[in-house]
Amino acid sequence: MGTITEIALVLLKGIKVTLIVLVFSIILSTLIALIAGLSRSSSNLLLNKFTGFYVEIFRGTSLIVQLFWFSYALPGLFNIHLGSDIWAGVLAISLNYGAYMSEIVRGSIAAVAPGQTEASVALNMSKFQRMRHVILPQAVRMMLPEYGNYLIQILKATSLVSLIGLMDILYYGDIYRSTHLSDAPIVYILVLVFYFILALPLIAFTRKMESVSKKGVAQA
Amino acid sequence: MTWSWEVFFEVIPIIFKGMWITVGLTIVCYLFAAIFGFFWLFMDRIPFKPANWLFKWIAEFIRSTPPLVQLFFIYYAWPMVPVIGVSLNPFSAAVLGLGIHFSTYLSEVYRSGIESVEKGQWEAATALNLSTSQKWFKVILPQAIPPTIPMLGNYLIIMFKEVPLASTIGVVAMLHLANDYGAQYYKYVEPLTVVAIFFLILSYPSALLIKKLEDKYNRRFDKKYVTES
Repeated sequence: MGTITEIALVLLKGIKVTLIVLVFSIILSTLIALIAGLSRSSSNLLLNKFTGFYVEIFRGTSLIVQLFWFSYALPGLFNIHLGSDIWAGVLAISLNYGAYMSEIVRGSIAAVAPGQTEASVALNMSKFQRMRHVILPQAVRMMLPEYGNYLIQILKATSLVSLIGLMDILYYGDIYRSTHLSDAPIVYILVLVFYFILALPLIAFTRKMESVSKKGVAQA
Repeated sequence: MTWSWEVFFEVIPIIFKGMWITVGLTIVCYLFAAIFGFFWLFMDRIPFKPANWLFKWIAEFIRSTPPLVQLFFIYYAWPMVPVIGVSLNPFSAAVLGLGIHFSTYLSEVYRSGIESVEKGQWEAATALNLSTSQKWFKVILPQAIPPTIPMLGNYLIIMFKEVPLASTIGVVAMLHLANDYGAQYYKYVEPLTVVAIFFLILSYPSALLIKKLEDKYNRRFDKKYVTES
């Protein structure tokens, strides 16, 4: 038991970085997803194609490659210094998952029945009113369950930042393992348990959103 | 550090050698996950509630924890486990780790396919006095599998993009070669960009292909379309 509490205390030191990366990535990727998703649904061809290009680039390459690229290439090539590696991690994760989640936004907006758009045109609503009061409220509830799933994906992705030297849960686990080789099974089981505890609220959120999105909607 | 086309063209053949390992690892991992995915389905059908509940949570645990940590567990920690622990080479550790992780997703795909078969089909199979194997192989699976093909394809692409994780435990694939080159000459930009381009070249056309498949199956299996025609 002694070693378990000892290891847990070591891992706890890393929870701060994991949470910071998680929270900022969730906020930033949600913003990116909304903006990119709306641009993809817009009739402005230039905006539409440009966002499409961004989405395909980031969905087509691997997150771990992007993460290395942001942490090695960005400072050297463009002389952009993000201050600390935390921002390189947050930026890579957010741009990657923002691209994935923008597809949910686009898909949900496209899935709102065309009669709704026609009705709001008939009611003489402006383009903005139509989006704000008719389309989005219906689209958002369709997005929520998938959104919850992607939050769990983002949590899993935060473990990658230990590879660019951020001191998150996994980083402390690796450090401890390298000095106590025979404790490796306990170390990694505990790391997994830590991540699972962080995931539990997100799992509960996803389940809740699944029922919210079904409530009051006629089922086929 | 500046961009150099010379280095860019120099690393292309080096990274290309790693591409086959990346593609091979993806295929082996996927096959493992596809087969192991059935394991969770069977566990779900054991007529013993606590066992169902236990395996449901084990699957949930595997699904919502990082595959990177699972890889480290299998590669570094598994040999240290008393009695059942064995030392694995990086390639098999990656197949086992990523394979088990994605099997929990694929089993959900299988489940959704089976659940999409209408209740009437099950009842008709029972009414016709078909045996269990006839029911599954002649009635349920032929209807359950085709609609899931696009989803299965999507997971293949997702897995392809997770495979570079294996470079962290020493599988010498594209990303590993790029990092080696970077460490040797202190040039990271070009090799990493080449890796990204290779990923894009391989995954974008596959994504388009899967979208095509999806449209095709949507048309074929759209219930409304079938009843109208």
